[in-house]
Amino acid sequence: MSQSLISMAYIAAAILFILSLSGLSNQETSRRGNYYGMIGMAIAILATVLNPSFTAYGILIIALVIGGVIGARAAFKVEMTQMPELVAVMHSLVGIAAVLVGYANFIDHSSPLAGSEKTIHEVEIYLGVLIGAVTFSGSVIAFGKLSGRIGGKPMLLPGRHWLNLCMLIGVIVLGYMFLHQTEGCCCCGGLGPLLIMTVIALIFGVHMVMAIGGADMPVVVSMLNSYSGWAAAATGFMLSNDLLIVTGALVGSSGAILSYIMCRAMNRNFISVIAGGFGGGATGGGTAAVIEGDVTPVNAVETAKLLLEAKSIVIVPGYGMAVAQAQHAVNEITKLLRGKGKTVRFGIHPVAGRMPGHMNVLLAEAKVPYDIVFEMDEINEDFPKVDVAIVIGANDIVNPSAMNDPTSPIAGMPVLEVWKSHITIAMKRSMASGYAGVGNPLFVMENTRMLFGDAKETLQAVLKELNANS
Amino acid sequence: MKIGIPKEIHEGEKRVAATPEAAEQIIKLGFSMSIESGAGAGANISDEAYREVGVEIVNDVKALWKNSDIILKVRAPERHPELAVDEIEMLAEGASLISFIWPAQNADLMKRLADRKVTVLAMDSVPRISRAQKLDALSSMANIAGYRAIVEAAQHFGRFFTGQITAAGKIPPAKVLVIGAGVAGLAAIGVAKSMGAIVRAFDTRPAVKEQIESMDAEFLLLDFKEDGAGTGGYAKTMSKEFIEAEMALFARQAMEVDIIVTTALIPGKPAPELITKGMVESMKPGSVIVDLAAEQGGNCALTQKDKVVVEHGVTIIGYTNLPSRLANQSSQLYASNIRHLLVELCPKKDGILNVNMEDEVIRGATVVKEGKITWPPPAPTLTVAPKAQAAAPAEPAAVEKKVEKPGSKAIKQLLPLIIGGVVMFALGAVAPASFMSHFTVFVLACFIGYQVIWNVTASLHTPLMSVTNAISGIIVLGAVVQLSVPNDSVKILAGLALLAASINIVGGFLVTRRMLEMFKK
Repeated sequence: MSQSLISMAYIAAAILFILSLSGLSNQETSRRGNYYGMIGMAIAILATVLNPSFTAYGILIIALVIGGVIGARAAFKVEMTQMPELVAVMHSLVGIAAVLVGYANFIDHSSPLAGSEKTIHEVEIYLGVLIGAVTFSGSVIAFGKLSGRIGGKPMLLPGRHWLNLCMLIGVIVLGYMFLHQTEGCCCCGGLGPLLIMTVIALIFGVHMVMAIGGADMPVVVSMLNSYSGWAAAATGFMLSNDLLIVTGALVGSSGAILSYIMCRAMNRNFISVIAGGFGGGATGGGTAAVIEGDVTPVNAVETAKLLLEAKSIVIVPGYGMAVAQAQHAVNEITKLLRGKGKTVRFGIHPVAGRMPGHMNVLLAEAKVPYDIVFEMDEINEDFPKVDVAIVIGANDIVNPSAMNDPTSPIAGMPVLEVWKSHITIAMKRSMASGYAGVGNPLFVMENTRMLFGDAKETLQAVLKELNANS
Repeated sequence: MKIGIPKEIHEGEKRVAATPEAAEQIIKLGFSMSIESGAGAGANISDEAYREVGVEIVNDVKALWKNSDIILKVRAPERHPELAVDEIEMLAEGASLISFIWPAQNADLMKRLADRKVTVLAMDSVPRISRAQKLDALSSMANIAGYRAIVEAAQHFGRFFTGQITAAGKIPPAKVLVIGAGVAGLAAIGVAKSMGAIVRAFDTRPAVKEQIESMDAEFLLLDFKEDGAGTGGYAKTMSKEFIEAEMALFARQAMEVDIIVTTALIPGKPAPELITKGMVESMKPGSVIVDLAAEQGGNCALTQKDKVVVEHGVTIIGYTNLPSRLANQSSQLYASNIRHLLVELCPKKDGILNVNMEDEVIRGATVVKEGKITWPPPAPTLTVAPKAQAAAPAEPAAVEKKVEKPGSKAIKQLLPLIIGGVVMFALGAVAPASFMSHFTVFVLACFIGYQVIWNVTASLHTPLMSVTNAISGIIVLGAVVQLSVPNDSVKILAGLALLAASINIVGGFLVTRRMLEMFKK
């Protein structure tokens, strides 16, 4: 295959990738978009492999088959509630691949370069490895946090900002050494600084994600998404491969925009999220207002009664629904209530769950029709007309003090205004505060009823009661 | 302890202080209960219903009073018409009484209660704080009064409330004006609205505007700045200028509306006169005024307490016993309020009354404690006041922020531009041409990404992440290129990278497909 044909194939692949992402603008075209992505990937790989200089078919096929089988198994076995973990693992794979390619490229000296071209090339290798290593270790820690293997509380080392600064300076100094040692030297003079830098980058990634609280996980996951894209782009520069650059840039900006959306949804500054420390309770901005008052508990029977009397119902799911795997019970209740002619809708906060769009995927898995699932901005105005709002395992995203208590650590964060509905039923395991460590006055409001217990079991009890009454 | 519920003796009073449902719950607190035979008759509750839940039926009134440690009543004690004795005198020494008392208006009654060495909890003195809302009998009664006010108005109004277009012609909807949007006013708005009327409401407290609008009624705005919110969520007396503006508004409205419901009360004062004789005259014949303030003298000049009168063709309803006219409903709510109070009074569920004067709610409700008058209580900490204080310091802070902003904002906006410019200049100065062409591609791709991603719907953010994940597996190309390099260590590294990236590609695309399959209607 000629060089021009390969370039043309790369352009086709790049177009297909763009179409793939733009296909996600709505549910109808999204499946087609995914297929575009697959075709684009196939074209890109085929074109590269058909290059006459390519010879190592054996390794290629073995690695592709093994990798493909592992990937397919993971894709089919993963529970929808574990999507954030899977995504984090995949980010780490992109990171490690970038590191490996960077090293391979560094060792390989087949293409002779000199002068500033050589310097630029080495900077590219250095950056590619750096970003790849940070992405890798950061994603591994994020995976640990999301799957509960590592505690969700932020780990705050004393003087952590100085530590980060030292690491940054170290990386720059090593970079300088890396560039100057290789000059004139025959083979691996720069390998030492590169290895040390990789270790520092790995530590940096670990340290950065460890310091971020569980509530900020959506930002971290999308940020790592962005990094994995930049890692691919840096590799593209290193190899002078435009397709890698384009794809990396697409993914990188996608992750960056998602991070921005998540930060905005929490009314937080991106820097402050990355600087970490939020969600530890003690370090959050102001002091959390102490909430006083009596909660009004209800049981499943009373909840069913309230639901049967209501005409308009809004369900607000949170991470608690994902943990309890309660989405199927939610769907059964929704179906039953809709069958009785009631308006049932869902209100989704952008940061509900542990990654962007987490709740939508869970509800889709349970086959809740997506046209009754609304975003915060679409449904917030309707709450005064809602008879019953059910909050399932959510806390900070329905906290009224974000709006009316300027001293609250989450002040100014947009929240779902469930308290404006006639009755709010809040389902929780206990009265513990949310990830932000902030007390929630919603639970002691006069029109709030607390339904304590595991979300799945309680909802099944409610469902049974609803069935008995119909 | 024994709880006794005598039949209400006030003329026309049909309520009863406990319903069988409430009694059942109270017995669970460890109390034993007895009730005078026929006490629930006015509210359509038979003796049998009480007996079923374990309440003893007593025929002898005097014995009931004598043997009970706690008496639950609706109305304050008064002279028994048949026995010719005062209820106070029947009250056993050391006993407790829970009922409406109105200590401010009934100084004499308070003194006589104190002389009996009893403990009295007044349902009307429960402090209006959020924690005590479930035992706020005034609110529950006001709610019923508001509901019934519209029902009474409908009874005397000769037309539909709702507008209709029928084969025989068009029926205009009735126009209802509600003055005072407290609990009763809001209830009236809700009922009138659900019957199809056009509802307008007025209140001196601008804070209730939102509540009125949430009921879908129109808030009549007075172009005058003065907040009528007094302590405890009640209204206060307004300035002379305000009242003049208000009266002008009412005069205009009186000519237009068909039904006026007035609920304006100021605590401890006679009701303000809002509807003058002239306004009544200006109303359309057949109009109805329901004066919920009749007990305190009435908001309308022509109101006669407890009577329905027709003046200048306008029916003016001055009933003061509206809750009693829905006796079953109001008994249920009142009994439930009393039950909640007993839960507060008996935290251990051992059937023993513990009048804990440290508790804000109980302290407020207790007007006589073991023969000593404890009314009025020290000012309660109000739910409304601290909020206003908290809001005040916050505002100047916000203003300060705004003042310092412009300068720093300009820097904030310019800084990235300057940094970007410097970086671009530095890169352009040293980078070779081949790099620049890649860089062009990179920058343009970032902008395409930016445009495309903003269009992605929020519900597909998770699939977006997994698909971008899959395509960032494009890094596999780097590995593939290096596989052909004749160097074993490079081959091994490239092979491993290939493995990692291919997991990514296959896993990412397949899991995305799986997710998107679920997003079907």
